[in-house]
Amino acid sequence: MSAPAVSVATARPVTPSGRLVGFLTRSPVHILLVAVALIWLVPSVGLLITSFRSRSDIASSGWWETLSNFNFTLDNYQNVLSNQDMAPSFLNSLLISVPATIFPLLVGALAAFAFSWIRFPFRDTIFLAIVALMVVPAQMILVPVLRMFQDLGNGLTGQKDLITGSFVGIWIAHTTFALPFAIFLLRNFFITLPRDLIEAARVDGASNMRVFARVILPLSVPALASFAIFQFLWVWNDLLMALVFVQEPDNLPMTVRISQVQSTYGVEWHLLSAGAFALMAVPLAVFFSLQRYFVQGLLAGSVK
Amino acid sequence: MSTPSAPGSVVGPATPPSRLGDMTRRGGWQASFFMLPALVLLVVFLIYPTIWTILLSFNSGRGLQFREWVGFANYERLFEDKRFLDLSNFPPTGALVNNVLWLVLYTGLCLLFGLLIAVLATRVRYETVIKAIVFVPMAIAATAVALIWKFVYSPDPDTGVLNAIIGGLGGNPIPWLGRESTVNYALIFANVWASAGFAMVVLSAALKGISQEVIEAARTDGATERQIFRRIQLPLLSLPIAVVTVWLMINVIKLFDLIYIATPGGGPNGKSEVIAFTMYNQTFEGGKGGYGAAVAVIMLLLIVPIMGFNIKRFRSEAVVQ
Repeated sequence: MSAPAVSVATARPVTPSGRLVGFLTRSPVHILLVAVALIWLVPSVGLLITSFRSRSDIASSGWWETLSNFNFTLDNYQNVLSNQDMAPSFLNSLLISVPATIFPLLVGALAAFAFSWIRFPFRDTIFLAIVALMVVPAQMILVPVLRMFQDLGNGLTGQKDLITGSFVGIWIAHTTFALPFAIFLLRNFFITLPRDLIEAARVDGASNMRVFARVILPLSVPALASFAIFQFLWVWNDLLMALVFVQEPDNLPMTVRISQVQSTYGVEWHLLSAGAFALMAVPLAVFFSLQRYFVQGLLAGSVK
Repeated sequence: MSTPSAPGSVVGPATPPSRLGDMTRRGGWQASFFMLPALVLLVVFLIYPTIWTILLSFNSGRGLQFREWVGFANYERLFEDKRFLDLSNFPPTGALVNNVLWLVLYTGLCLLFGLLIAVLATRVRYETVIKAIVFVPMAIAATAVALIWKFVYSPDPDTGVLNAIIGGLGGNPIPWLGRESTVNYALIFANVWASAGFAMVVLSAALKGISQEVIEAARTDGATERQIFRRIQLPLLSLPIAVVTVWLMINVIKLFDLIYIATPGGGPNGKSEVIAFTMYNQTFEGGKGGYGAAVAVIMLLLIVPIMGFNIKRFRSEAVVQ
């Protein structure tokens, strides 16, 4: 079904008229793809242009009318940056995402090493049980973990908000929730490393810790990077866990702040458009700079 | 040939027996050291809470505390709740029905767009550009996707580009997210926009992985184009399609952020609610812990069979390794 058109594309017409015929035969393909590109670009470009328009311009006309007269302004971004709610939330998103990426990476890599290169009873059974935990949706742990954090805070200092009032709660929640996938992904990578290399290090007297730190980790950079990128974006983009596990208003990440701006100020597009692009800036930077790892991580992450 | 492996291969497959015995004896202890942090976290913050939530679903759970045991009452109330499942009219409505609508349309459209773009893009020179454009929304937060499309769907023709186009064609503006008949389709399309890139990337990689030699060989053996598609390409695509489908279906069951931001109260008369939204709303807005827990358990029960398929696949991969 797809093959005939492929042969059209591969045939190389020599004459100009032949080229024209070739182009016209393919033009439905071009028209379709241009339509696809427009549908995928116009929504984001519209909001991007809006984020550089003044509040009064936004209220009086659509962004497409700026094609004729464009009064470029950075006011909205200045507003977002000086807004007492929005500006710190950008930093909070980082303060949540970076540790919530590093912790599961470390904890997961240690466990994955045991599951791949140390022999012990029931190894594969325990591994499969952990992999099976990937079925548990976040909704199953929200209430009990919130209660545990509150009880723990009460028990330690008499303050219920001790853990949910800091970043510790959201770090623990994200770390734990990411572990089954981290262990699964890293174990399956570690197991492909050359056996001879690890045996040789052991024969030379290297301890397991040394084998892990000096042999396994340096050889596993692609897998570690894929997981780290995937997890970082997952946490950065998360709304649900942050809604529940971050109770201190000063600690709220961008996703939650944007949802609050929307409900308190109404739909203020001058704030929301700039806020949305501030929220998108980091994932887009990650995507364009680390595209290869990103796609790998995503393909591997298709199981999460 | 590779130098690092030389010492090991000199020793041969039989590593010194003393060393090996040593390793297995200490293996259990050493392994528990490496696994301990992960196991503690998983038991305390994932396994125990899961059991806790299952138990809570059989409790009234008011104020997110264990109160009195109510048996299956939460589940019974849930299925009598018209906002969760309403079979009295046709077509049926409710959060659960919305998830079914999402499962069919969102999954189907993502696969359709993904396959279509993957196939068409290979025939043009700007393949990488078009694929990047379609794929980029995968990276951004559902919160941002919700805002981008809320802006497109704005009922004000001076704000929303869709209604501006409709106005330009002489039509009346449509409140896409504010009307019961359109809200779900509008949201589904917004999320197809966000996820089709994933289907495209996986299917495109699979298509390129099909060896041209095999197809040429089949052709020389007299296979028709239709036979090549049905007997070679389609079977080789079935696994990637299954993987993408599983991913999309699980996405639908967990779907929350987009609905919460694009239609904060659950849309007109709660018509855009999905089960994950119901869970959050009942638990954290309504304080009905038991009721919310019952919804969470239903989510788990829906995900298990879908993931079961995937785990079967892991197992066969593990065997190969």
